[in-house]
Amino acid sequence: MKNIIAVFLKQLSDTLKNKTVLIQFAMFPVLVIVFENAVKLEDMPEHFFARIFAVMFVGMAPLTCMSAIIAEEKEKNTLRVLMMSNVKPAEYLVGVGAYVFVMCAFGTAVFAAVGGYTGADLALFVGVMSAGIILSELTGAVIGVFSSNQMTATSITVPVMAIFSFLPMLSMFNDTIKAAARVTYSQQLSELINGIGVSEISAESMIVISVNLVIAVALFTMAYRKKGLE
Amino acid sequence: MNCAIRTEGIVKSFGSRTVLDGIDLDIKGGEIFGLLGPSGAGKTTLIKILTGQLTQDSGTSYIGRKDTRKLTGADHKRFGITMDNFGLYDRLSCYENLLTFARIHGLPKSSITDALAKVGLSDAAKTPAGKLSKGMTGRLKLARAFMTDPDILFLDEPTSGLDPVSADEIHRIILSEKARGKTVFLTTHTMTEAEKLCGHIALLNEGKIVEYGSPEEICRRYDHQRMLKIHLSDGRDMELPHNSDAAAALSELIVSGRAETIHTTEPDLETVFMELTGKELSA
Ligand SMILES: Nc1ncnc2c1ncn2[C@@H]1O[C@H](COP(=O)(O)OP(=O)(O)OP(=O)(O)O)[C@@H](O)[C@H]1O
Ligand SMILES: [Mg+2]
Repeated sequence: MKNIIAVFLKQLSDTLKNKTVLIQFAMFPVLVIVFENAVKLEDMPEHFFARIFAVMFVGMAPLTCMSAIIAEEKEKNTLRVLMMSNVKPAEYLVGVGAYVFVMCAFGTAVFAAVGGYTGADLALFVGVMSAGIILSELTGAVIGVFSSNQMTATSITVPVMAIFSFLPMLSMFNDTIKAAARVTYSQQLSELINGIGVSEISAESMIVISVNLVIAVALFTMAYRKKGLE
Repeated sequence: MNCAIRTEGIVKSFGSRTVLDGIDLDIKGGEIFGLLGPSGAGKTTLIKILTGQLTQDSGTSYIGRKDTRKLTGADHKRFGITMDNFGLYDRLSCYENLLTFARIHGLPKSSITDALAKVGLSDAAKTPAGKLSKGMTGRLKLARAFMTDPDILFLDEPTSGLDPVSADEIHRIILSEKARGKTVFLTTHTMTEAEKLCGHIALLNEGKIVEYGSPEEICRRYDHQRMLKIHLSDGRDMELPHNSDAAAALSELIVSGRAETIHTTEPDLETVFMELTGKELSA
């Protein structure tokens, strides 16, 4: 436990100094406040931006941060020092994962407030966001474990992140994309969020999200077996 | 605690290239042992094997009674390691860097300030590690290695690329650790460093140990290399062998008054190494 806390606190003291990570945590929460207050379009559904940005945030921030943190730690040879100090790989990943989760929880709080969720809707929103953060973290961890430096990590992160965070938005304009996007967890999260207070949770969403989770865990196990944390 | 390091017939290849080719070493606990060799000799590779970061292809290596292929986290806690592939958190301050490891090892905060003071980095406590000079970076890495009060220090080229003053400071720190009973295994390119610090040294060349002993012993073994260096009154220098063959020539030089100064040159490790391998030690 003390190792997890040490990793968590190390990340925490890095937050304000690490611009890559800080921007990811702050960008969409700041954008949503600006857009919700400043932009009013004709026929715009209520809290349009809160919903769309929440999904993009979940698809982007945890994924980018996890992969960037792990890849940098490999590139700079600090991960090795941790491992040689008897920090277990699982402890390291849980420490970083918990940190990213907490930072994203602040973002989630902003979206919840701006989106005006209350009561059961709020609980559902937080639940959906949390599931999304964890899935994105896992995906990011796969990339981080797979890459040996930040360059590689970024070049894999960008397309993967684009798929997960932009598909739900693009699928609003194009039915073909929407059909394809259905198999991604982020599209399902988007549908769940848009359905809050309107429709029940669909079996499809639960299945797709579970399958995505299983795939992410399997990929992670594969990447970890192949590359370890070296 | 038994901190002796023993290896028998260590062989390690990367692909078809044999980097270590039968390394036998017997290092007593509580001494400073120096592994010398030119770049690419396999020094770092041996440290990695001894610290469990790599596994040898064949041969055995023990730290105390423990096979280095079976080292556990608890064993690693007894090691203090500095090497190039051990990084620092560039954006975090010196203090924060050590704080992370103090937490991991369950050490009090006072151990951080103590460690920083020991390596003379108290004033830089708040400086981000990425902004430190090379010498300071080396000292911060040493502080991290010493902080846990390990029994054995593995220092891979602790002074490489440092100016003489910084190197001296690091030597002082290493000697004070030895005085506290620690075992130190260090690698270096510089003979003067080995002569100054090490009780025993081994010369590693092309994967084999080509010489082993105390620095003085080794130099004595190559005594036949001793030369007379004569500075002549016309400004030229000449060298004569340090034996009776040179007597006639030497007396002639003295009688004629042409010899201004006469020195004997002791073989130093540098020349020993040259004779053994035909190579310069320091790149
Ligand atoms: N992981 C590896 N894969 C392939 N070759 C390697 C690997 N590690 C080391 N080598 C090779 O093994 C040889 C010895 O390397 P090593 O780093 O042990 O030398 P060294 O004595 O520490 O040299 P230096 O003084 O430059 O640090 C080198 O030729 C190096 O290229
Ligand atoms: Mg080396």
